[in-house]
Amino acid sequence: MTLQMRAPAPSAALHESPSMTSPAAPLVRFRDVRKNFGALAVLKGIDLDVAPGEVVALIGRSGSGKSTALRCVNGLEKVDGGELTVCGRALHSGTVDLRELRQDVGIVFQSYNLFPHLTAEQNVTLAPRKVKRIGKGEARDLAAEVLAQVGLADKAQSYPEQLSGGQQQRVAIARSLAMHPKLILFDEVTSALDPELTGEVLKVIERLARGGMTMMLVTHEMAFARSVAHAVVFMHQGKVWESGKGEMLAHPQTVELRQFVGNGL
Amino acid sequence: MLGLTIEQIAYLFRGAGWTIVLSLLGFVGGTLLGLPVALARSSQSRLARALSGVLVQVVQGIPLPVIMFVVYFGISIGGFDVPALVAAGVAMTLYAGAYLGEIWKGCILAVPRTQWEAGECLALTSTQRFVFVILPQALRIAVPPTVGFLVQIVKNTSYSVVINFFDLTYSAKVINNSTFRPFTVFTIAALIYFAICFPMSLLASRFERRLHRG
Ligand SMILES: Nc1ncnc2c1ncn2[C@@H]1O[C@H](COP(=O)(O)OP(=O)(O)OP(=O)(O)O)[C@@H](O)[C@H]1O
Ligand SMILES: [Mg+2]
Repeated sequence: MTLQMRAPAPSAALHESPSMTSPAAPLVRFRDVRKNFGALAVLKGIDLDVAPGEVVALIGRSGSGKSTALRCVNGLEKVDGGELTVCGRALHSGTVDLRELRQDVGIVFQSYNLFPHLTAEQNVTLAPRKVKRIGKGEARDLAAEVLAQVGLADKAQSYPEQLSGGQQQRVAIARSLAMHPKLILFDEVTSALDPELTGEVLKVIERLARGGMTMMLVTHEMAFARSVAHAVVFMHQGKVWESGKGEMLAHPQTVELRQFVGNGL
Repeated sequence: MLGLTIEQIAYLFRGAGWTIVLSLLGFVGGTLLGLPVALARSSQSRLARALSGVLVQVVQGIPLPVIMFVVYFGISIGGFDVPALVAAGVAMTLYAGAYLGEIWKGCILAVPRTQWEAGECLALTSTQRFVFVILPQALRIAVPPTVGFLVQIVKNTSYSVVINFFDLTYSAKVINNSTFRPFTVFTIAALIYFAICFPMSLLASRFERRLHRG
């Protein structure tokens, strides 16, 4: 991946930068967010901001709580303490309409989770047709638009099983895009792919980033995190251990990040 | 022919016709009962799961001929003079509904949980998720075992002989009583049952293979 030169660098994901001073209110705002699974404390007070247009990469060891943090953002997991505000909705209040939230927040999983009985076009348009009630013609145009965005305009009529892993993952990204979300979450979306297929998926994500899409992505691709993300957040034992711009990976401040980067690169 | 008259053979085929009628009743009734049972068995609601579970356990724990008796005499005690067809149809409905419900529950649960989650993340309602995401995949999985179970339905209609329902088994018994050629008569009955069931078994295994290929 090449290093991107980008216009206004949004606020880094540091909790020291109060949201009042940033030009736009953050789309995602974690304040001392806690999450337990039974007796296991998985998130132990997370502070994190994601400004509109910002790309934040979450990195960290297995079990450090990256997926859990991401899943809290679209309400797949309920937070147990602290405040989590996403697209202006206070998720910690417990009164948020999750279906409305999910029209604003897309998510892409490691295992694609495409609908195997539907073509790429039908996968992409199911939610817009059923949730947003768009018409048939509009749906076809929408599918053509988002599939072109991920470079799969010619695969509209293919079923998932007829596509490579990389292509399936790009359809999954297109499926999220079709809802015109304000924010997309990516959870290790290239981890299940053969090395030669990860590039095509990362390129799509990079293009989205350049287009101004707000994104939170959990990734093991350090070079990608460094070059594409505006902010990198290193999680360790359920906490934000270290965060900053991509260069932080070259100059870790903590022993834990140094060890992690040492193993990871 | 084979020591039987044309009339006697025609009588056997008339019995076979009623076997098919009862099988269809069992399948249609079983589907009408089995669908809600499958939904209840796989639902989030504990109560629905428990209630439908009781129905399934009770029906599966009683031999089909006994169900036939209970339904037949049970309704008669209520003061209704039920034709054996109605009683046999109700009994087959209970029997097929319980088994199909369990088969289809398994098919619904066989669709990965991540498919529900994917639908949820796209803001689909739980009904939309079920109808557009889960059900089509469950149906695909359900075809082979369902067709396979049809064979069980056809064969098990023969238990309706206990309430003197006029089916293939019953007609064979009648012809045997007047001809005393049990081997010939029941071999013909067996061949007719086989001729009905074998194509369905073939179909089931063809679907099975297609499912594993796709
Ligand atoms: N639904 C759950 N129930 C119980 N424990 C869970 C659940 N989900 C996650 N955990 C536990 O929470 C901890 C953090 O999990 P999480 O998936 O957030 O980690 P992660 O940083 O994404 O790790 P990985 O890199 O392996 O994906 C782990 O110990 C995990 O076992
Ligand atoms: Mg994870």
